[in-house]
Amino acid sequence: MKFWRVAACAVLLIVVGGSLSANWLAPSGYARQYREAAGAPPSHQHWLGTDDIGRDRFARVLYGTRISLLLAPAAALLSTLMAALVGGLAGYLGGAWARSAMAVTDLFLSLPWLFLLITVRAIMPLNVSPLFSVLVTFLMLGLLGWTSAARVLCSTAGSLRESDFVRQARASGVRGARLFWIHVLPNLKPVLYAQFWISIPAFILSEANLGILGLGVAEPMPSWGSLLKELEGLISVGEEPWKFVPLVLLVIVVTSFQFVLSKQEEVAA
Amino acid sequence: MLKRIARHGLTLIATALLGGLLAAALVRLAPGFDVDEQQLDSHLNSESVQAIRQTRLDQHNIFRFYFHSLQRAVHGDLGTSLSLGQPVSTLLRERAPLTLRLVGIGLLLSWAVAMSLALSAAWLRVSAYDALTTVISGTFLCIPAAVLALLSVLWNVPGALAVGLIVFPRVYRYARNLLAKAYSLPHIITARAKGLSELRILFWHVVPVAAPQLLAVAGVSVSIAVGAAIPVEALCGLAGVGQLAWQAALARDLPLLMNITILVTLVTLLANSGADVVGHLLPGQEA
Repeated sequence: MKFWRVAACAVLLIVVGGSLSANWLAPSGYARQYREAAGAPPSHQHWLGTDDIGRDRFARVLYGTRISLLLAPAAALLSTLMAALVGGLAGYLGGAWARSAMAVTDLFLSLPWLFLLITVRAIMPLNVSPLFSVLVTFLMLGLLGWTSAARVLCSTAGSLRESDFVRQARASGVRGARLFWIHVLPNLKPVLYAQFWISIPAFILSEANLGILGLGVAEPMPSWGSLLKELEGLISVGEEPWKFVPLVLLVIVVTSFQFVLSKQEEVAA
Repeated sequence: MLKRIARHGLTLIATALLGGLLAAALVRLAPGFDVDEQQLDSHLNSESVQAIRQTRLDQHNIFRFYFHSLQRAVHGDLGTSLSLGQPVSTLLRERAPLTLRLVGIGLLLSWAVAMSLALSAAWLRVSAYDALTTVISGTFLCIPAAVLALLSVLWNVPGALAVGLIVFPRVYRYARNLLAKAYSLPHIITARAKGLSELRILFWHVVPVAAPQLLAVAGVSVSIAVGAAIPVEALCGLAGVGQLAWQAALARDLPLLMNITILVTLVTLLANSGADVVGHLLPGQEA
């Protein structure tokens, strides 16, 4: 298992490194159109061919990977912070606070994740600038993805509140915010860390789903979701297999995350 | 037990009502809610435009709108869809059977495959087989639901199979872990020492231990299947509630979106509560 974890880390490093080097590997950029070669198959000039309006697919995959791999952790960080704030505080305060917070959490959890996402995303403006669409998509993932993590954190903080060392601190006169920041929050770190890492592949997949449904990152900005939308126009799998490259890359990255996170999931559970 | 059912019932109704209010509030607060394309129609006279504005004004106070909607819903009137111009109850009645069939068959398929693999992996206890089943389920777990829907169109396979493949890895993962945990309990070692066959150990001593938690997973899997129905119906062109939800979300159709949210919340909560109640009815569980 250790070998696979190291291999997965190496794969992730290569993919992240490649996407960060997009400016050097594909200097022409993701939006440049080669109108004379629209819909071209892979060639020496365009390694993965071009899309229907002549943009280099290899460049778009590199830039799209960069967007998905940089912003999914940002959204995961936001959702983890929100989970810490809502779940951690609710568990620490207990009583009516915990019940109210968990009622809100249950409300969010009672809706299927994708249903919640498309409802909230569709409510926001759809005809926006590409950069704004990137921000909206990942901000929404971060703002909605905290609920299950909040549940875990509420329960952990609740048990910490009743632990001996917190009672001891309380008996020594430590109260309120100081007790939470100094004694409870540091002990929530392993769970927070695990939740952060677990959220990343989940958000990558969610963005891909939204992109395919046309509610993700707006054109011409590439992301895995918008790149996978190309599969919609295919008639058969064997017709243009290079169009599956973004899917293969996505599966490899998410699988690598699964291997890397196999230990984190045990902590989160 | 009656107390438990009553508590679940109350939670269910309160959460569904809150869910509807949340959906209505979100749509109401959305930018551009007050603008209606119909107002730009040059064929309409000033009275008609005024009437459209008045309709929108009635929806201004979200609490009043929601309260009136609930009052009408009690009498069977769920309102009219703004985008499709049809009664919401008719739309839901027409489309619900397809979604029920899709989700039902998808759940059956996913549970059949997941349990077959999990039970065989637990029974055989061969690491290579276990790794193989984990790789299969892991691969499906890493493919976005919408891609599986697109592939089902590409390979011309039924949408229910796509729903099944979306749900299967989640169910398998939990089922396998639960069975593995049950296998590591001391009474299994005793049963094996007493010479019981592996099949008997599995069905008499392992499955009953994991059954209550498996039932909880069954409740959660309904929610996953309902969520999976949205991309499958939207991308496969199936006219079900999932596709309706998709269209309602894109068109910001307040009455439709609110009713679908209440319906989806009710279905998922009913499944979870049902699983919890049945789990407590199992022998060996506290009443």
